[in-house]
Amino acid sequence: MTRRIAIAVVAIAFIGLVGFCILAWRPAIAPIEPPNQASFTAESIAKGEILSAEGHCVSCHIRPGGQPLAGGYGVNTPFGVIYGTNITPDPQTGIGQWSLAAFTRAMREGVSRDGHHLYAAFPYNAFTELSDDDINALYAYLMTRAPVSATIPPNTVPFPLNIRLLEEGWKILFFRKKSFQPDPAKSAEWNRGAYLSEAVSDCGGCHTPRNALGAEELRHAYAGAVVDHWIAPPLTDTNPSPVPWTQEELFSYLRSGVGGLHGAAIAATMTPVVRDALDVPVVPDADVRALATYFSDINHASVHASDAEAVTKRAIERSALGSGQEYDPDANLYASACMSCHYNSGTAPLVARPELGLNSALTLPEPTNFIQPVLRGIGSRDGAPGLVMPAYASALTDADVARLAAYLRRTRTTLPPWTDLEKKVASARRELTASR
Amino acid sequence: MTTFNLNGRAVSVHSPDDAPLLWVIRDELGLTGTKFGCGIGCCGACTVHVEGRATRSCITPVGAIAGAEVTTIEGLDPAGKHPLQTAWIELQVPQCGYCQSGQIMQAATLLKDYPNPTDQDINAVMAGSLCRCMTYIRIRKAIKLAASRMQEGARGE
Repeated sequence: MTRRIAIAVVAIAFIGLVGFCILAWRPAIAPIEPPNQASFTAESIAKGEILSAEGHCVSCHIRPGGQPLAGGYGVNTPFGVIYGTNITPDPQTGIGQWSLAAFTRAMREGVSRDGHHLYAAFPYNAFTELSDDDINALYAYLMTRAPVSATIPPNTVPFPLNIRLLEEGWKILFFRKKSFQPDPAKSAEWNRGAYLSEAVSDCGGCHTPRNALGAEELRHAYAGAVVDHWIAPPLTDTNPSPVPWTQEELFSYLRSGVGGLHGAAIAATMTPVVRDALDVPVVPDADVRALATYFSDINHASVHASDAEAVTKRAIERSALGSGQEYDPDANLYASACMSCHYNSGTAPLVARPELGLNSALTLPEPTNFIQPVLRGIGSRDGAPGLVMPAYASALTDADVARLAAYLRRTRTTLPPWTDLEKKVASARRELTASR
Repeated sequence: MTTFNLNGRAVSVHSPDDAPLLWVIRDELGLTGTKFGCGIGCCGACTVHVEGRATRSCITPVGAIAGAEVTTIEGLDPAGKHPLQTAWIELQVPQCGYCQSGQIMQAATLLKDYPNPTDQDINAVMAGSLCRCMTYIRIRKAIKLAASRMQEGARGE
């Protein structure tokens, strides 16, 4: 009896496995000769260039200092490092042999030309919503780039997660092929912003929290998440910025990398969204404005707008704390290390003097976005154009950085103190050292 | 290798990306007007301008300023006659002088942001620039003198 049950279990498991394999198996799509450049219209190529920028393809499909689109950026996932592939039309190492059908399948379903499943680090869950026209344009743009022969490092995803067939299981659980559904109750500009965010720029890829298996929790869309040692803040009305992200602030931030009342796009994960994507000259202002319109609606900026002036005034008043004779050693440390730049007077903060009292780095539940820039500094190409912040990792001890964090949280916000600050600084410092 | 502009001239340096900008300026490029003070970004002696803004060069990695315009005390004014420099001389601000190039570079950013600075503005922005000779009273006077001359100059134009 026991034996029969055992046989039955094994048989069912086997049938299940075979069934899964059949379900998961995808055929290869026949290789083609790289298409003739003249087969693409200039209009389509130009549109593809804009979409490629807006989708910040080059952020992942490049190695530091390498050729654009030739792959090699390592995405740190909880499952291992996954490298962006070479998407130049090189026949051997790139996508030169990919037909439009193969490219479309990769974008819509996350399957490579040879039939293997792509990891969801490639955001096909967003690109599945791209229109046919837009996929064709991206194909035209990529296939008319100069081919670069470049192989990328092997991914570090461990066995058995590196069995690509298993990705089908992930897809069954979390992925639905779908097209973009506009909201008829909203304006055309709003819907353009929603399309750009969902299908092209994949804002949710960082700003939507993920479950243990790495899938976006769509019920909590844009509710904020931790990505690559930074916090991608909520883009909903739970965003903790002291003054609301209005359409103008969002437009300025996304287009130039800095919003006067909110600070600059300095996170290692956000800087490329500005530098490689939204401040690229080919990207039209109208598209960036559409994104700003969309997010300033879903964060209910207008509801919170009334007290922005008073909040700004209070922040600037507090900005002068520590500029006189002080007995508070924390204020003195702040005055010598930070204040020559982070001080404002008058009625509005200067763009080149990011007002910490208005920055969500101090009002998020965790000190992550405060600790990171203090230790790493900010380069001239990150955040606000040309603005540099020294790297205090070699200057301040963990205890010093923790004191600064505690001091600013205490004096610039009315929120409860952060906990375990020194440990968190030490841990961020370890990550930073390991990454170099 | 990092390429940037130093006092209006393109330079390429071979120091590693994480080398402090101050070392590059003094040792590799040979401009010694910028001084080493505390080495931890807390005294202001090493202050230079990056894209026109005061920046502590002792803890700014040279890789972070790739492509940027860097100005040192040698390049603040081609003839050494920036209103701050003439005010400094007129009021005989320096004593030992070691911190003064940093003080002047920091004050230049202060006047760019606040052309008519209050005492509080001066205290706040200059707080990170230490002077062991305690020339602070004369520094404040010189900043105010330079500010008034620059404003007269601006009106005269």
